[in-house]
Amino acid sequence: MDIFLQQLINGLVLGSVYALVALGYTMVYGIIELINFAHGEVTMMGALVALSVIGALALGMPGLPGVLILAAGLALAIPVCVALGLLIERVAYRPLRNAPRLAPLITAIGVSIVLQNLAMLIWGKQYISFPPVLPQGRYEILGAHITDVQIAILVLTVLIMLGLILMVQRTRLGRAMRATAQSRQVASLMGVDVNRVIASTFAIGSALAAVAGVMVSAYYGLAHYYMGFMLGLKAFSAAVLGGIGNLGGAMLGGLLLGLIESFGAGYIGDLTGGFLGSHYQDVFAFFVLIAVLVFRPSGLLGARGIERA
Amino acid sequence: MSALLAVSGVSKAFGGLQALSDISLQVNAGEIFGLIGPNGAGKTTLFNALTGLYTIDRGEVRLNGTRLDGCKPHQVLKAGLARTFQNIRLFAEMTALENVLVGRHARTHSGVLGAVLRLPATRREEADSRARAMALLERVGIAGHARRLARNLPYGDQRRLEIARALASEPALLALDEPAAGMNPAERAALRDLLLQLQHEGLTLLLIEHDVKLVMGLCDRLAVLDYGIKIAEGTPEVVSRDPSVIAAYLGDEAL
Repeated sequence: MDIFLQQLINGLVLGSVYALVALGYTMVYGIIELINFAHGEVTMMGALVALSVIGALALGMPGLPGVLILAAGLALAIPVCVALGLLIERVAYRPLRNAPRLAPLITAIGVSIVLQNLAMLIWGKQYISFPPVLPQGRYEILGAHITDVQIAILVLTVLIMLGLILMVQRTRLGRAMRATAQSRQVASLMGVDVNRVIASTFAIGSALAAVAGVMVSAYYGLAHYYMGFMLGLKAFSAAVLGGIGNLGGAMLGGLLLGLIESFGAGYIGDLTGGFLGSHYQDVFAFFVLIAVLVFRPSGLLGARGIERA
Repeated sequence: MSALLAVSGVSKAFGGLQALSDISLQVNAGEIFGLIGPNGAGKTTLFNALTGLYTIDRGEVRLNGTRLDGCKPHQVLKAGLARTFQNIRLFAEMTALENVLVGRHARTHSGVLGAVLRLPATRREEADSRARAMALLERVGIAGHARRLARNLPYGDQRRLEIARALASEPALLALDEPAAGMNPAERAALRDLLLQLQHEGLTLLLIEHDVKLVMGLCDRLAVLDYGIKIAEGTPEVVSRDPSVIAAYLGDEAL
């Protein structure tokens, strides 16, 4: 088996998920300069809601095709996450829009603790496994393996990113978002209902989080009330790596972080003579975060560029 | 003539500073109304109060009978009052065309869903908006810069772009905050022609301007502010002979 190619595939798949979550962080930051630390928890909620639907359908209607069951899971997870995102913005952030920047950061952490505990009450503390409803195809290319789930994640991510770029660049809402990101005041004087645009940004970011949550639980076959914490931190690192506020940066940062983790995990054993194993994978994300903050605080593509997409 | 904009008894204080004291004025439909006064007299503060940026302490603002005070900026714009800024405030990282398209936001409705599904109504609206925006850029003479980022436009063209962006919202009243600032004589002449042409087409203009010659030549009526108080109002001839205006603002220049 070709280890390099295999790690490349794994890294791109993992990176796709990071990128989708990172987009949520970066869009919100781009428009109101707030780090929405509850975003990882929205992803977790999306995964758990989808898993509940998928689990119930897999049990109740065993004849249903797996893709349909998955679609049903997404069809509920997306609106739930969108509603959650809108609620968080309305309750925890909007009243603090003009408060010192530390205040909404603290409510963000508060919201994420509330959501974790809510999820624990609903779904319990145990890991929930992804029901075996998905196609289990596995293909070999040049000595590496790629599964149906991985292909689906890659294709879906590319489509979503293209759609998002088109939306931001070409549509009325996209223009209003960019205008609001550059100046909330002038945008409102030019007729943009800024509160609505900000809410839309949360809605879109939360929808992406729902999709990412389903992807990551399908990929690892697991979901858990605490999964949003690590995923959120890594996606945040990815957003910072690319340049927080910059859409292209979040995409690039997510993919790079996925690759760094994947290659790091694949080769760390060889590099340290077996002293450190692949379970040190998580170290890389935070090593990258520290390195970026020290050497290039504005990220690879520069900060504050939702207007540059 | 009927009053398009009726400002009555508007006051605004910042801490101990009374920025606007009991300002009342009427702008009639179809006229060019000037607002002059020394720096710090409260002209821009009045603009900010009219456009919903500041909440006023007392008084009332009506446009065509509709209350504007208490409205949010985007509601004021939708009601038909658009403005430009003393210090140019374009969306620097967007193209000239996109800046004007943002100005059309209040007159368009398409949501994301329509764009995703490429609904005919959405596509029509977008095409219509683009055509109108291009026409406006042509109108102010910068159609050639449509695809350039606003921040890369020459200064005078940025001023013109602000006017085009404001016009995109199809206002009944256009408020211009020192539109000629920093312009050379040729640009001022072109601006003057543009404003007269807009008036001719039925637009009402409210104009803050320091260039006395421009104001006196252009405005049908004007009001003079000093320390947040309206000290005079009337035709340019009347105002320019008013002793208190001469003392506060015009000085010997106008004599």
